[in-house]
Amino acid sequence: MCALCGVLGGPEHWTDAVARPGVFTLNTDAAARRRERMNRVAAANRVLSHYRMNLADWQGSAFVLSTATGKTEIVDNLAHLWMAAERLLGRSCDPLDEELIALMERELG
Amino acid sequence: MADAPPDFTPVTLITGFLGSGKTTLLQRLLLDPALSDTAVLINEFGEIGLDHHLLERIDEAMVMLQSGCVCCTIRGELSTAIKDLHSRRERGLLPPFRRLVVESTGLADPFPILSTVRSDPVLRHHFCLGNVITTVDAVNGARQLDAQPESIKQVAVADRLVLTKTDLATPEATDRLTQRLRHINPGAPLWCGAEDDLDAAALLSADDDGVERWQPADRHGHTPDGHHRHADDIRTLALNFDEPIDWTRFGIWLTMLLHRHGDALLRVKGILNVADTATPVAVHGVQHLVHPPRHLGAWPDGDRRSRLVFVARGLDPAMIERSFRAFSGVPHTSSK
Repeated sequence: MCALCGVLGGPEHWTDAVARPGVFTLNTDAAARRRERMNRVAAANRVLSHYRMNLADWQGSAFVLSTATGKTEIVDNLAHLWMAAERLLGRSCDPLDEELIALMERELG
Repeated sequence: MADAPPDFTPVTLITGFLGSGKTTLLQRLLLDPALSDTAVLINEFGEIGLDHHLLERIDEAMVMLQSGCVCCTIRGELSTAIKDLHSRRERGLLPPFRRLVVESTGLADPFPILSTVRSDPVLRHHFCLGNVITTVDAVNGARQLDAQPESIKQVAVADRLVLTKTDLATPEATDRLTQRLRHINPGAPLWCGAEDDLDAAALLSADDDGVERWQPADRHGHTPDGHHRHADDIRTLALNFDEPIDWTRFGIWLTMLLHRHGDALLRVKGILNVADTATPVAVHGVQHLVHPPRHLGAWPDGDRRSRLVFVARGLDPAMIERSFRAFSGVPHTSSK
């Protein structure tokens, strides 16, 4: 998690938009929010597994990102996820990487 | 009794390359009575505050930004200047302005200005992003697009394009430039600064229904497969697909894409048919910045397909599409 965001309260990320008129969000109530966090963890892990990394929900308030060797980092939202993943991994996580796309396509069948 | 200021005061950005007529446009807009409740922030570039002297009506609501380019050196000053306006308005020292216009320098990358409004911990509770209006000089615009990467970015992020000095350019040159602007930014309405009676209120009004203009690729002269190549390495990808989209997967994909390629992804815009959601959801991103997704009240037409348009520089549209489909699980067969 970005230290400054942790202190100051980071800007609302678009995937975490607060429910308000006109704004689309899945975070409408506590149960839905929890369900969405679980969905998010599962969807992220579908990608992260290709880097041998794992994301887990942490008390409904943050996520814990871990590598296969046990390196761990707490992340606040999806914007921070990829920064942290690259830091732990020591290389970039590129959704346009052909190898990654091919792996994801194979999963889809 | 005058209306209270809105909860979120829209911030309109007027940008455009050096000499493209930003200040002239602003000057004309401010003569419109509809904009009487508008505060203006201009940026003074260099030692001579030329912009300042050209503007006739700024009232006491103007704050001069003294240290040059908005984007790189005085982003903090921009934030401070807007906060100062807000504070003075709240204390009754300024008329209760309902709109703020920021004129950037011609050299400014518009993105940091937008991100200042969206990200500043105070500003984001009192201000929201309005339109980005980009002026393009009909005489020199093509050359600037060739030589200055900032000018391409300024066009790409625009919600409204204003073509200036068309009275000085040949119709052929204007047509060629218009075509090029359409390629870089297929969705922004194009206004002609020299000829039209500019409707200031319409130019600055919130772009609530702009998504429709970004739809079907073929309307914008794209090739049948939805990809279009531009001479300036700006490429457009238009995707249409039938299947309702998994919002969470889409979010994972787009955040990852923007994290790695946000600088090159000039624009993402579209309406999505989200699974388990009755009405369409509008998404709108400018480089690393994604606006909070909006629920539209209804589909703009009978077509219930999701539509996404990407404007990118130096990225392969085919690879973006392949990646999108692999991540979101939308099969290739559903397009077009």
